[in-house]
Amino acid sequence: MATLSDQLLHRIRDAHKRRKLTWLERAYLPAIAQGLWLTSTHFWGNLFLHIAHRVGLFRNRPASVTIQYPDQLRNTSPRLRTRHRLTKREDGTPRCVACMMCETICPARCIYITPGEHPDPNVEKFPRSFDINLGLCVYCGYCVEACPEDAIRMDTQRHDIAAYSRDGMWLDIKELINPGSKQFTDAPQKFVQLDLEDFKRLPAAPLPPPPGTGEVPYGSEGTPSQRSGSPSP
Amino acid sequence: MLVDLAIKLGVSALVLGGVLNFAGMQTWLERKQSALMQDRIGANRAYFTIPLPWWLGGGIINFVLRKLGGLGILNAIADVLKLLTKEDFIPAKGDAFLHTLAPLISVFFAVLAFIAIPIGPPVELWGRVIPLQVADINAGILFILALASIGSYGVILAGMVSGNNLSTIGGLRAASQMIAYEIALGVSLVGIVMCYETLDVGLMVQRQGELLWGWLPKWGVFLQPVACIVFMTAALAETKRVPFDLPEAEPEIIGYFTEYSGMKFGLFFLTDFVEVVLVAALTTTLFFGGWQVPYLMPDGFHLPWAAAVVPVSHLAYVLFGLLSFTVKVVAFIWFFMLIRWTLPRFRYDQLMDLGWKTLFPLSLLNIAVTAVVIVAAGAR
Repeated sequence: MATLSDQLLHRIRDAHKRRKLTWLERAYLPAIAQGLWLTSTHFWGNLFLHIAHRVGLFRNRPASVTIQYPDQLRNTSPRLRTRHRLTKREDGTPRCVACMMCETICPARCIYITPGEHPDPNVEKFPRSFDINLGLCVYCGYCVEACPEDAIRMDTQRHDIAAYSRDGMWLDIKELINPGSKQFTDAPQKFVQLDLEDFKRLPAAPLPPPPGTGEVPYGSEGTPSQRSGSPSP
Repeated sequence: MLVDLAIKLGVSALVLGGVLNFAGMQTWLERKQSALMQDRIGANRAYFTIPLPWWLGGGIINFVLRKLGGLGILNAIADVLKLLTKEDFIPAKGDAFLHTLAPLISVFFAVLAFIAIPIGPPVELWGRVIPLQVADINAGILFILALASIGSYGVILAGMVSGNNLSTIGGLRAASQMIAYEIALGVSLVGIVMCYETLDVGLMVQRQGELLWGWLPKWGVFLQPVACIVFMTAALAETKRVPFDLPEAEPEIIGYFTEYSGMKFGLFFLTDFVEVVLVAALTTTLFFGGWQVPYLMPDGFHLPWAAAVVPVSHLAYVLFGLLSFTVKVVAFIWFFMLIRWTLPRFRYDQLMDLGWKTLFPLSLLNIAVTAVVIVAAGAR
């Protein structure tokens, strides 16, 4: 108290006092009219824009500020960690050398690798199976940090991960190496084992768009709502 | 006799169908209007298609259904389907009979109040005069006010018999709110009754078709502007919607229908919407000329700035009247919805202050001023 002068104390007390309302403010009606005016201008403006959009006018002015989620995806940050993918060599085989670093560092223990012997003595090993249980994954990104080969990345920009069962959250090596090849309604497969020749025969999925550009990661498949066939407004 | 009965049934079906459709479409209006006011899109996903072959018009029907779904109209059907298929739950501490009776009381009296409201001018058809009003009650205003108050018993009952403390608080709040606003509601109408010298709603609407000083329609809002504001505020409180939704108040108490599910909850919901239609229809009837179109007399438009009368056939006159009533009611529903999505809820003490200390004295003052003006103008 000694540090605050009486004058300052008075000013603080005054600041907490409520201003006395004028008669017009206490009548409350002008404030109501103001509020109703504001909301009704939004209503009529948006209604006009909706109708104009129907006949093809003012297309560049959206009638809402919300993101129409399944039809429209929001921009992702370049640093966002999304679903994992395995990078490929030029011949379609995974870059992974099955060194087990990611499986070892994973705090959620959701990575399971079965190594196989690679014919090239410089590479030594490759993953026969590489599974991630997304139901356990905590998206910490340690696997990406630990990988010495840049073989696993979290840049698919898919974050709408959903499944009908816990097993549906399981990603096998086919899905990891070609993100988007498995529909979420497909029956889950665990520990799918592939040979080097099998990798070369897999149909290649398009690479995910560069992070932060706001492009949808679904390529030619269309957005989720277009795939399920619901009406566009 | 049978013909009279058939005519009454027809008019009743028209009124009931109109009221229920307006109430049902309000679920759509509520979603879409709030969305537009808040810069959102609103419901646009619910739709279904019928597997019909093309030669039965399947393509066209499904196209229309898809478009309706895109506009969010089919959500109303989805709502009803959901409510009808949900479990009907009666709490163990509740009274099964009264628990079922409460929503029925609530919706029954809300719908019944419409029988005293004229929806159009009397139709002359084949030598018969058919009033477009289900019951021509000579004290119609008192009847409507009485029914609107009885409807609150459903809400109070629902709160009392649910065996839930939150519901009980909701019911008690409904009771106290009803008392606080019914008085202002009734007293504000005394001025209107003094102006038109009748309690008969049909006659009142007919007198609103006359002109004041030869150019101003004798609508209630021009004769009694203060009563109009008091009535609309009190009537809004009657509907128990935001900003007067203290009986419901979902963030603090879930409301008198906490223990209701399925279609019984749906009936309370429907009551809310029917009451909004009722309030809109009452405001239209008492203050905005009911089915009257300005300057339209039975023989045609008497425009004050033109000496000649623009003649209008009787059928067109009736249709103009019905259209005028519908447009006014829809506009008021829109306006009440605008208020509901703009203003925050009143605190309990603010609500009581508004009812007892502002609206009630204001309506009494209005009566006094009206009486003085009527006597001074030498009308008596």
